[in-house]
Amino acid sequence: MPLTLLAEQALNGLQLGLMLFLLAAGLTLVFGIMDMINLAHGTLYMIGAYLAATVAEASGSFVAAIAAAVVGTAVIGMALELTVLRPLYRRSHLHQVLATFALILIANELVRIIWGAQPIALNMPAALSGPVELAPGLRYPAYRLVVIGVGLAAALLLYVVVVHTRVGMWLRAGASDREMASAMGVNTAWLFTAAFGAGAALCAVAGALLGPLLAVQVGMGENILILAFVVIVIGGIGSVRGALVGALLVGILDTVGRTALPALFRALASPEVASEAGPALASMLIYVLMAGVLCFRPRGLFPARG
Amino acid sequence: MASTLHIGLRPLPTLVLVASLVLLPVVLTAVDQPFYIVLASRVLIYALIASSLNLLIGYGGMVSLGHACFVGAGAYTTAVLVHAGIGSAWLAWPAAALAGAVLAAMIGAVSLRTRGVYFIMITLAFAQMAYYVVVSLRALGGDDGLVLPRRTGYGFGLDPHADMTFYYAVLGVVVLLMAGLRRLLNAPLGRALQAIRDNDVRMEAIGFPVFRIQLAGFVIAGATAGLGGGLLADLNQQVSPSLLHWTQSGTLMVMVILGGAGRFLGGVLGAAVLLLAQELFSDVTTHTALGIGLVLLAVVLFAPAGLAGLWRQVAR
Repeated sequence: MPLTLLAEQALNGLQLGLMLFLLAAGLTLVFGIMDMINLAHGTLYMIGAYLAATVAEASGSFVAAIAAAVVGTAVIGMALELTVLRPLYRRSHLHQVLATFALILIANELVRIIWGAQPIALNMPAALSGPVELAPGLRYPAYRLVVIGVGLAAALLLYVVVVHTRVGMWLRAGASDREMASAMGVNTAWLFTAAFGAGAALCAVAGALLGPLLAVQVGMGENILILAFVVIVIGGIGSVRGALVGALLVGILDTVGRTALPALFRALASPEVASEAGPALASMLIYVLMAGVLCFRPRGLFPARG
Repeated sequence: MASTLHIGLRPLPTLVLVASLVLLPVVLTAVDQPFYIVLASRVLIYALIASSLNLLIGYGGMVSLGHACFVGAGAYTTAVLVHAGIGSAWLAWPAAALAGAVLAAMIGAVSLRTRGVYFIMITLAFAQMAYYVVVSLRALGGDDGLVLPRRTGYGFGLDPHADMTFYYAVLGVVVLLMAGLRRLLNAPLGRALQAIRDNDVRMEAIGFPVFRIQLAGFVIAGATAGLGGGLLADLNQQVSPSLLHWTQSGTLMVMVILGGAGRFLGGVLGAAVLLLAQELFSDVTTHTALGIGLVLLAVVLFAPAGLAGLWRQVAR
């Protein structure tokens, strides 16, 4: 495989990985701190993308669209936390799965009623639509570079907040021992709502940024939700560092696998085998990775709880 | 009551239930609504599949989010056998159960090393792998799936394409398996399974082979779901990858919890209520999922023990 293609795929993988991290970070914190399985996390991502598309259409400004999506989704997320999710914290995982599955059904149907069943358009800013020459012979879309940049910035911000601030300390304390954190004077009710709002805001960032690259449509949340769950299970539930490592692993493995595996099969076997088995194995790759990790490290790579 | 552990069905209500299921197609034909016989067959099949998941979730404490892959294994096995010219239900349905059992043995052997949320996720991962295998294999029809040119036959001059005959075949299988399931739950293996659900460490400590017992439960549930898949393939005369999609596993889980996990008829009740509600809502509005979602949310928030539990809540 030519080196430039490999470099391009690695960048695409990095971009997918960073976007997955934005989703997985919120998911893993909610999961780790509140011990809550939130299947509706992907729904917040969908809502973010739809809000961004609507505001971009009305205002013509992509930056305004992202800002509106972040604020709007955070508010919706916190409202959901206060009304529906709060009574579920002390329930079994089974009930949480069921209730948030119900939320997915409701949200998908509401989006279908408001915006219609057809995918809607969210265009990238015209200034960023061209390619940039990174190295001789390696031209890469400027917009994707911006996505990578924003993803890196968000990851860095999250790292600083979680590791170097008081709020971050509360979050980590909550993730490792909720009751003890509460006994030591952390206002967990407030913390939960804030964490949920922040997670929703990160979802909206990912939704708005990925909107121009993928389709903005009903059901977009479920596909990426599964990937985000794979990420946090690989990384270890409740660990933000684990989420980052898991997200990059999944993003790069998935993207590079989709190009490399068919090429590998073409080299080793016939083209027919390559066109049939290649894509299938590439889709399975991340699940194989997850099963393998769980086989040897049943609590993920970076377990948050001792 | 013999024992608090005994899972009983009072004879009279059970007899009434089975008798009304036997009479249902006759009544439906009499009132000229034969369409509902097909719907009833579908409800029965899903009742069986949901009950097999109830064995895992409700009685075994194994919350699997990959149950649809066993259904898919059974359905595709039946479809492939029909295409290969083997058209007897006597062969195809046991083969479907066997396919479910083999797949469950492989997945269970790895998954049962993990606990809790990790178990949920690893079963999901395996089901996703199965989904992608089916989507990509051209021999299985890829995205489009396979069409069964005809249903599997029963011999004795019976026509499986007559809706009523098919309904009775399904009813026979389902009643037989539900009786077997009840027998299993009251047998030592079933008791041990429930004890492991409540405290696996203690069971391990007093010498029970926890892993093997759980694996046995997992395989039995997989076989039952596989058989259900075989019946579904016959019912629809068509199989497609959507049978294995993770939302199918989610829907099956919804049926179990809606009806009441760990209650013997929980899966049956959940399947019946969910499928009938879908049918009902789809007559009124195209936004079926909205109604289903709101009902589900209400059930979780206000009737945590499921509909079977709500009955008791109200009766008390």
